Amino acid sequence: MSERSTEQTPINFLLAGVGGQGTILASDILAAVGLSIGHDVKKSEVHGMAQRGGSVTSQVRWADKVYSPLIGLGEADFFLAFEKLEALRHIEMLRPGGTVLVNDYAIPPLSVSSGNDDYPDNARIERILSAVTTRYYWVPAIALAESLGNARVNNVVLLGALSHFLPHVPLAVWLESVRERVPQRFADLNERAFLAGREAMEKDR
Amino acid sequence: MKRFLSGNEAVAWGAWESGVHVAAAYPGTPSTEILETFAPMPDVYAEWSPNEKVALDVAVGAAYAGSRAMAVMKHVGLNVAADSFFYASMTGLEAGLVIVNADDPFMHSSQNEQDNRRYAKFARIPCLEPSDSQEAHDLVGVALDISEQFDTPVMLRLTTRISHSSSLVELQGVRPPARTEKPPYRIDTTKYVMVPGNARRRHPVIEERVTKLAQFAETFPYNRMELKDRALGIVSNGVAYQYAREVFPEASMLKLGMTYPVPAKMLREFASQVERLIVIEELDPFLEEEIRLLGIAVEGKSIFPICGELDQQVVRECAIKAGLLPPSARVPVVTPEKGPLPSRPPILCPGCPHRGTLYVAKKLGLVVNGDIGCYTLAFQPPLGALHTCGCMGASIGVAHGVAKAGIAQRNIAALGDSTFFHTGMPALLNVAYNRSNVTTIILDNRTTAMTGHQQHPGTGRTLQGRETVQVEFEALAHAMGIQRVHTVDAYDLKAVEAALKDCLEADEPALIVARRECALMPEARKQWMPLQVNAERCNGCGLCFRIGCPAVVKSGELDAKTGRPKARIDPLLCTGCEICAQVCTRRAILFRHQLIENKEQQQ
Repeated sequence: MSERSTEQTPINFLLAGVGGQGTILASDILAAVGLSIGHDVKKSEVHGMAQRGGSVTSQVRWADKVYSPLIGLGEADFFLAFEKLEALRHIEMLRPGGTVLVNDYAIPPLSVSSGNDDYPDNARIERILSAVTTRYYWVPAIALAESLGNARVNNVVLLGALSHFLPHVPLAVWLESVRERVPQRFADLNERAFLAGREAMEKDR
Repeated sequence: MKRFLSGNEAVAWGAWESGVHVAAAYPGTPSTEILETFAPMPDVYAEWSPNEKVALDVAVGAAYAGSRAMAVMKHVGLNVAADSFFYASMTGLEAGLVIVNADDPFMHSSQNEQDNRRYAKFARIPCLEPSDSQEAHDLVGVALDISEQFDTPVMLRLTTRISHSSSLVELQGVRPPARTEKPPYRIDTTKYVMVPGNARRRHPVIEERVTKLAQFAETFPYNRMELKDRALGIVSNGVAYQYAREVFPEASMLKLGMTYPVPAKMLREFASQVERLIVIEELDPFLEEEIRLLGIAVEGKSIFPICGELDQQVVRECAIKAGLLPPSARVPVVTPEKGPLPSRPPILCPGCPHRGTLYVAKKLGLVVNGDIGCYTLAFQPPLGALHTCGCMGASIGVAHGVAKAGIAQRNIAALGDSTFFHTGMPALLNVAYNRSNVTTIILDNRTTAMTGHQQHPGTGRTLQGRETVQVEFEALAHAMGIQRVHTVDAYDLKAVEAALKDCLEADEPALIVARRECALMPEARKQWMPLQVNAERCNGCGLCFRIGCPAVVKSGELDAKTGRPKARIDPLLCTGCEICAQVCTRRAILFRHQLIENKEQQQ
């Protein structure tokens, strides 16, 4: 299937991770970018009861006119997975042939660290993802963020990687939306994080 | 000015722009952000009340006194406030009163899934329902106008998906200048004193009011017909309208912005223009029943589910099953064979002070009657330290009931500081007054943590940041007649255990205040220091895994004798609370002072 990234068709983004990873901020930035380039935008946060450590998903939709704030099964064009296990948990949300970017980072749940569950290895993850799409990409977001001096900016690294797949969105719009939504003293760091993520995808392809 | 706002933020802006002067609430997901957004706005008074009934009484008082007012709560909060909800309907008000109520279809963070449109009808209060942030903003002002025009409180019903989704909102800008002179307080005892004689005169008035509101609903601009293809006519409301519009772009729709009372004439006219009439609504068949009562043939819950939240996927699939759409309308989905995936349920955060207290209760084999708050999550394995949880404030009453039933197994009650102020206080008074041997633990983390760190009567600050009294649980308990009161550091497991044992040995009401601020508070964060495991000492016994801390994980290294994986501590997650270090009998997990000493030695 071809990419749906013209201004006329809706683009659905799914973001999934673990509480505390910065998925909500990333979805705020994505919503702002959509608005900046003239779309109608809706955003929906689905957070559970835990402040830290539980599953978190967030959804952003860009279109001329958006009705539902939610993405249905098989409707996500882009899936940003902040954590590997969470990529598997929500993969059926992706449109067959859609694009999924997976942060190469594991946060083992309690059932793995204290119980007997096994955390899936990368080969198994790739096997499951490839049943839905060939367009899956590993992003070393934590490693890149750490190399910049702060693991917390892994969310913006992932956005930078995503930006590579949306060539119709001007880089300046991305950078402005990032700078407006992060603490001012971290603005430069976040810009470097964004560009690092974007560059990583350019090298990858 | 256009802003990208969540439904909750939009309600706050709408309230401010339409002159709400007093707003009160108790925090509760999904409604919490409304007052957090409203409180810093100029020329307003906003408070966290100890519970929803108090919040509604406060708003009613302000509206009696001529100020536009707003009370905010989640759906179950209206159960607590129901008594006030009904009298407010009877008395009416001097200035507008909007009661914002957020239902939680699918129970994202609630104990039940009630549809509060039933409350609106029950109390004869009009119910408005926005379908996006713009309407959430606009309908606050509309609700206040209706409130004043018809002398009634108005319910603005949100759902989680409206509260927590964001869309563009056109703001009206500057609010008209605040009234410089307060109107004189109008005394009207026949209207505001609901003794039976007065109440009997008011009941026909509110019944007549509903009739007038039903007429008003006929021309209410937020009740809107969208006539397109006449083969299918859909009646819908709230966020369900968005799903319906997305799945049936060509169908005729009647979108109801006021769902109680319903516009009978408009419904009849719509029904007469379409071949097949269906209702798409979340939760109860509320509109479906109203339409059927008009003698109109309609389908709804025979097609769409009564349980849980809708989305376009659910609506589309149900419509295909009912023959409303061809199977080709189905969105292709690939569901790969994944095999079992480890679940990631919500858990107590790393460093949570409740973890140690409840671990001790578990170790002593106690049945713990829990309550609504972060600590509810302790019911899960591996901690498994909480055994009942019904609603806010239920813990102490349930434990008292068990004790009075003559059960030998000792039951205790555990609830948070904010929950104690909400509805725990009268229950503790009952334990003291009616003499049971219940031990109550107040898990005092100095905040309302679960909803995102709101102030309460124990924190010494108000919602709007003013310094205020700080209530002491110990003095309160003594005043209620409870003699046996302990205050312990919740991180000190030995102290918690000693206090619990002392209380359990005594056959009398007792209170333990297990105090330590929430590990996510800014001041607590400054103390964070990740602990380490001495791998030579660790033999993989697994005791530390039982406290259920996400920062304590299995390492790749196996113990040579036991063959079990040794423990490792994730430095990104660990806050250094030392609960695991206290639990470790082999002293393999280093305490903070040991880490500091090691560091000094290395230097």
